Amino acid sequence: MEPFVTLTGIAAPLLRANIDTDLIIPKQFLKTLVRSGLGRNLFQEVRYDGEGRELPDFVLNQPRYRAASILLAGPNFGCGSSREHAPWALKDFGIRAILAPSFADIFFTNCFANGLLPVALPMEAIESLAGVEGPITVDLPAQQVRGGGLAFSFTIEPARKTVLLEGLDEIKRTEANLADIAAYEVRRRVEAPWLEIRTLP
Amino acid sequence: MTPRTLFDKIWDEHLVATRSDGTSLLYIDRHLVHEVTSPQAFEGLREAGRPLRRPNSILSVADHNVPTAEREQGIEDETCRLQVEALESNVKDYGVPYLPLLDDRQGIVHVVGPEQGFTLPGTTIVCGDSHTSTHGAFGALAFGIGTSEVEHVLATQTLPQRKSRNLQVRFEGTLPRGLGAKDMALALIGRIGTAGGTGHVIEFTGSAVRALSMEGRMTLCNLSIEGGARSGLVASDETTFAYLLGRPLAPRGALWEAALTHWRTLVTDPEAAFDSEVTLDVASLAPQVTWGTSPQWVTDITGRVPDPDAAASTDDRLAMLRALEYMDLRPGTPIEAIGVQAVFIGSCTNGRIEDLREAAAVARGRKAAPGVRVLVVPGSGLVKRQAEAEGLDRIFLEAGFEWRQPGCSMCLGMNDDRLAEGVRCASTSNRNFEGRQGRGSRTHLVSPGMAAAAAVTGHFTDVRCLMGV
Ligand code: SF4
Repeated sequence: MEPFVTLTGIAAPLLRANIDTDLIIPKQFLKTLVRSGLGRNLFQEVRYDGEGRELPDFVLNQPRYRAASILLAGPNFGCGSSREHAPWALKDFGIRAILAPSFADIFFTNCFANGLLPVALPMEAIESLAGVEGPITVDLPAQQVRGGGLAFSFTIEPARKTVLLEGLDEIKRTEANLADIAAYEVRRRVEAPWLEIRTLP
Repeated sequence: MTPRTLFDKIWDEHLVATRSDGTSLLYIDRHLVHEVTSPQAFEGLREAGRPLRRPNSILSVADHNVPTAEREQGIEDETCRLQVEALESNVKDYGVPYLPLLDDRQGIVHVVGPEQGFTLPGTTIVCGDSHTSTHGAFGALAFGIGTSEVEHVLATQTLPQRKSRNLQVRFEGTLPRGLGAKDMALALIGRIGTAGGTGHVIEFTGSAVRALSMEGRMTLCNLSIEGGARSGLVASDETTFAYLLGRPLAPRGALWEAALTHWRTLVTDPEAAFDSEVTLDVASLAPQVTWGTSPQWVTDITGRVPDPDAAASTDDRLAMLRALEYMDLRPGTPIEAIGVQAVFIGSCTNGRIEDLREAAAVARGRKAAPGVRVLVVPGSGLVKRQAEAEGLDRIFLEAGFEWRQPGCSMCLGMNDDRLAEGVRCASTSNRNFEGRQGRGSRTHLVSPGMAAAAAVTGHFTDVRCLMGV
């Protein structure tokens, strides 16, 4: 996975609360068999009209935000379904960091699996960053967001930070515990034999 | 020993290792797989040349994309068909148990798992689907995961986890006639909000939860995710055991007895502390109807569309204004005065036999109101068969409702069951997000009885009035 260290880019404000995964990438695009190519359908229903024409008012259609790599949003970002298509679509569009007061649990976890950084900042900080004209820097090693003379620190769990900084593959990390897993399975077979699954009739 | 909650106990039993970075590796007993969130996971496995660790821990079925009419003729939509075919070839390559489309046992993954006895108390269950929380009704720790995590479980049978906090939601009192678990859940989400349970596992307790059937408990746990909680739990009891006894994949004989002995210990210790608690009295509840584009925007059937000017903050006010515009509703309108053009009865929230019985009791001897299209979609082939054995299909058909084949259907409209722009729908599903049931569609979440009541009157109606309560 591509590591995330420091990102400097334009931040697009979409300051609604409860931006759900259906809004980020609607169901008709979940029929894909691959992870790529979803960027053009990111926020489909609010980005295009029924005929597929761009809606000029939508933030990502405005010239200054077309190349945004940071998204500013309201609380509870990513609520709704577990679809990893949501971070895939954001990443494919070019977004690498999302700054919001809070995130839904599954979306939050899905971000880290894809090298995206969700940063929790108070709404006031998000609102002032939305007023910044030029680029914003998200500095993961220093755990700081800077731009337009503003600076905000954020917290991140050390394990998550390492995964992003080093671009680690979670499955590979877990494979270091294969012996533990095997030992657990042996023990469970004895302690809870009813858990063995019979084959479907 | 320190007193523990049910969640603590299941967690402890599944802890494989605590890693140096502070995360825990949790063992996953059961994995449900469907066609939408699994193709990239199998692809990842294949690319890395990794084997699948425990094929038998998986139950797979196609549900999201499947047609609910004339299925025998195959899937017409090419992208849907390709996704179902991808699942079929993946499960074949990796030797994963699969319920084919024309099998009687096919259905929505969260209806099928419990039906087959795949879902058991005290287990950890995951699925690439947020409504996996449904299985918590059996006292199982069940949660939705992303596709990368699906791949992780396929490869290692574990997941790195951080322990959630414990939230106790206590429902006390006797639920009035005409109300059910859907009303309890919506009222709760109205109270705590869609982010209220974030970072928590909810344990549902109290006399009103004990009184619920397994179907009702599944509805309640299903909606935990709409309150922001990844999992909901109801401790197993005699109701649970009676439901499971004799199910195809449930343990039998001596193993059943051994399991029972253990399951009876899987309850929260009396002294155990929760991180937070919420109590709701159900005796004073009225049937719930959502009016906005988030499940938290809900009110009583006897209520009115709220006024954004009364919102707590400017942000809330703006969000409400946007929702009312999308829903084409004016503040102060009585909920009962809102007309519907469509009704959807089904989904993993309310597509089980008891839900269909509830809807049929209202539809019996009545007709769909003119201009209202009503879709009834059983949650599984077995639910469909049972409903037909009880004659519910005839009641629906005589009322002018459509009787369909099982699947997710109009809950999210990945197949052809979609609402046209601007159409207002009374739906028994779980999400009223913008565009959820079709671009520009307007969804109101209600119980099966309330959905049937809207179907026969053409507008939201207090189901209690049609039941002579
Ligand atoms: S019925 Fe709806 S919520 Fe349930 S699994 Fe299917 S699409 Fe998801």
